[in-house]
Amino acid sequence: MTIIKVDGEEIDVAPELTLLQACEAAGKEIPRFCYHERLSIAGNCRMCLIEVKGGPPKPVASCAQNVRDLRPGPEGQPPELFTNTEMVKRAREGVMEFLLINHPLDCPICDQGGECDLQDQSMAYGVDGSRFHENKRAVEEKYMGPLVKTVMTRCIQCTRCIRFTTEVAGAGELGAIGRGEDMEVTTYLDRALTSEMSANVVDLCPVGALTFRPFAFTARPWELVKTESIDVMDALGSNIRVDARGSEVMRILPRLNDEVNEEWISDKTRFVWDGLKTQRLDTPYVRENGKLRAATWDEAFDVIAAKLRELKDDQAAAIAGDLACAESMKALKDLLGKIGSPHMDCRQDGAKIDASSRANYLFNSTVAGIDSADMILLVGTNPRLESPVLNARILKAQRQNGARVGVIGEQADLTYPYDYLGAGPATLQDVLDGKGDFAEAFLKAERPMIVLGQSALARKDGAAVHAAAVALAKAAKAVREDWNGFNVLHTAAARVGGLDLGFLPGEGGRDIDGILDGASSGEIGLVWLLSADEIDMDRLGSAFVVYQGTHGDRGAHRADVILPGAAYTEKSATWVNTEGRVQIGRRASFPPGEAREDWTIIRALSGVLGLTLPYDDLDALRVAMEEDAPHFADTDMVFPAAELPDGEKGAFEDAAFDTAVKDFYLTNPIARASRVMALCSAEKSASLSAAAD
Amino acid sequence: MSVRRLDPNQPESFEFTPENLDWAKTQMAKYPDGKQASAIISLLWQAQKQHGWLPEPAIRYVADLLGMDYIRALEVATFYTMFNLSPVGEHFVQLCGTTPCWLRGADDLKEVCRKHIGEEGEVSEDGKLSWLEVECLGACVNAPMVQINDDFYEDLDAEKFERILSELRSGKDVKPGPQNGRRSSEPEDGPTTLKDSMSAGKAGGE
Repeated sequence: MTIIKVDGEEIDVAPELTLLQACEAAGKEIPRFCYHERLSIAGNCRMCLIEVKGGPPKPVASCAQNVRDLRPGPEGQPPELFTNTEMVKRAREGVMEFLLINHPLDCPICDQGGECDLQDQSMAYGVDGSRFHENKRAVEEKYMGPLVKTVMTRCIQCTRCIRFTTEVAGAGELGAIGRGEDMEVTTYLDRALTSEMSANVVDLCPVGALTFRPFAFTARPWELVKTESIDVMDALGSNIRVDARGSEVMRILPRLNDEVNEEWISDKTRFVWDGLKTQRLDTPYVRENGKLRAATWDEAFDVIAAKLRELKDDQAAAIAGDLACAESMKALKDLLGKIGSPHMDCRQDGAKIDASSRANYLFNSTVAGIDSADMILLVGTNPRLESPVLNARILKAQRQNGARVGVIGEQADLTYPYDYLGAGPATLQDVLDGKGDFAEAFLKAERPMIVLGQSALARKDGAAVHAAAVALAKAAKAVREDWNGFNVLHTAAARVGGLDLGFLPGEGGRDIDGILDGASSGEIGLVWLLSADEIDMDRLGSAFVVYQGTHGDRGAHRADVILPGAAYTEKSATWVNTEGRVQIGRRASFPPGEAREDWTIIRALSGVLGLTLPYDDLDALRVAMEEDAPHFADTDMVFPAAELPDGEKGAFEDAAFDTAVKDFYLTNPIARASRVMALCSAEKSASLSAAAD
Repeated sequence: MSVRRLDPNQPESFEFTPENLDWAKTQMAKYPDGKQASAIISLLWQAQKQHGWLPEPAIRYVADLLGMDYIRALEVATFYTMFNLSPVGEHFVQLCGTTPCWLRGADDLKEVCRKHIGEEGEVSEDGKLSWLEVECLGACVNAPMVQINDDFYEDLDAEKFERILSELRSGKDVKPGPQNGRRSSEPEDGPTTLKDSMSAGKAGGE
């Protein structure tokens, strides 16, 4: 540690800190535009100038110098920094004046207004008048795709967006052409951004040059009510902030959580909100004479109750979908238990996961653990599509520690280079046998990671693949006290919660295939779809289908009774992410029309059936959940899972691993109802077909 | 100087000739593994030499050769003014208009260009000539001057410059360097200093 003085106060800081960080540690605010904690240092905005005693007789850009480069005074006094002297004040005023030479004064019509760094800092550090009478520079409009709107005249060339796309998103898409006074930030020939994390550049933009296209001219930041919540578009459980005006969700922004998403979110997470307003189920429906008609809750419940009375107890079954919250799964599981049916499953893709030990299905290394991994083997997963933010973390591990990545499965563009080992389970066996250069290195690695994707598990030999992956993790000594390198990357936000709560076939119960086969053959008479839309509806045969969910999607089209539920922004609900982190999302707006929070629907029906569930409010339900799975008591924590049991070895099939996510933008009912996601999907397929030509 | 843009009319594709590709590979081999992008400027320059100017497909082609993102190569191409992003004449005149040349009559030379070639940046109808005003080329002592392709033509006036342009146009070779008879940047009327040593060294000199 090094002792320095900041504005006369002594402070002990790490020598590798920058002067800017040291000043912040001393509690001083340093204005900045180009500097960003998670990006490389550019030092080009000059806003962070401070005075250094003993240094050159001019202000120093504090973001670009380290504490260790400071020189002590002649008698060995600690180096001194000043952030409040006349020199610093004048330097800041000068920089601000230069920045404003070419920045248009269009704040009243700018979407950044109210949350603009330039606006705030010119208020705090600028001067009140302008001495420039020349015309401002105008910059041609750029096109960056359906998500990022550009007004490049406002750009102050901080290059944060360029550094983000290159360093974090791993796609060198943005650049600065015509460096010099005519510098312009653009993509190559105005092509749309292809990264799944592209819209983070808007958060990074300190001015209104890059704004959200779907959010353009809709709301001012100060009108919005901000609610901290959890994302459900993938199993990462990104921390988000939902901004709502009245009952309408206006936008979604990332929230800082170093353990999960740092401060990034994927474009799907961010822009899915328009899907919350369309195709919504806002009243119960009952199918009469082949047609759905709007009904009251009582009618809907009566129809279900009548149907259940017709059936034997074990003819009822339930499937939980990808967006189901833990509360609703718990309630539905208990209801089914009371009815007396063991047939339920939360693995709608048919993943062969043995839930007897949590270690079997968690991302045991934790998401933050990726940072320290030195070898990463991706098996049957394309993290770029299954969890873009997690993929960025793998890229970071590779850039910062030189982690070596190997892939078994689809040979896709993951934004980073990797060793392609093979397409199917046979290759996994080869790695286990130590065949090949990568396998040798993997078995000797210090902190190796295996990431098993859903496409490796959702197949007939899924259990055998799982067992082989466990065997490999153990052979590579990746499962030990201080490190667990066996990871399952889920694609569904609901999955880990469902597995934790045991939303799985009970004694003699049918799994997803069994339920669908039973429905086809007529052995299963009633199937309850809890926001389950990703199954083959044809296989439901003539079964009576209750669909509980939010959108008029595949499940609702097939349903005999529709019970309208609340979307993830409309209820206080618990989600467990792929690493087993229990997180609570909060309500940002109310569900539309007659729709209700999901667990209350099941609780109300239980009363109608005379099988009343023993909880009357959310707290009681959560206590009941904790009884099933004690870790639900501790939110935002990851507990290392217990021992990883050896799986039962089995025969592999020859088929290559499929892809779990085919179209990133359209993976769930909310995304499919979103116009913005449809645009993105179209743009993506257009660019793919252009690339193929 | 204005914002540098790609030309609206671009060729379909670009590829190095086999000789140039070999040359490019020797350039790339000069840099350590994984740092091949360092060869970007020499490769773009070679592409420009081969094509006459630097078309967009060549930028992509070079970026692909070096394993770079296209935008990174475009950044380089739009930064250096030596890369011509639009077609230029067979003889590309870069006319110095900075103060010393301007004082010595660069404006007259510009008039000659307008008369014989056309507006700045336009290629003459026969495709032989085009011109551009540039900043100081570092030959102030021989002002005014122009650079045509790789050579300097110095100590010009309107008449001499007109002659050079018409000779180049008709395919003749023109001797580069000062056009008023003096050698390099020696004083016009013979030596003015160190005359003794000049005469003493005459045997070894001229």
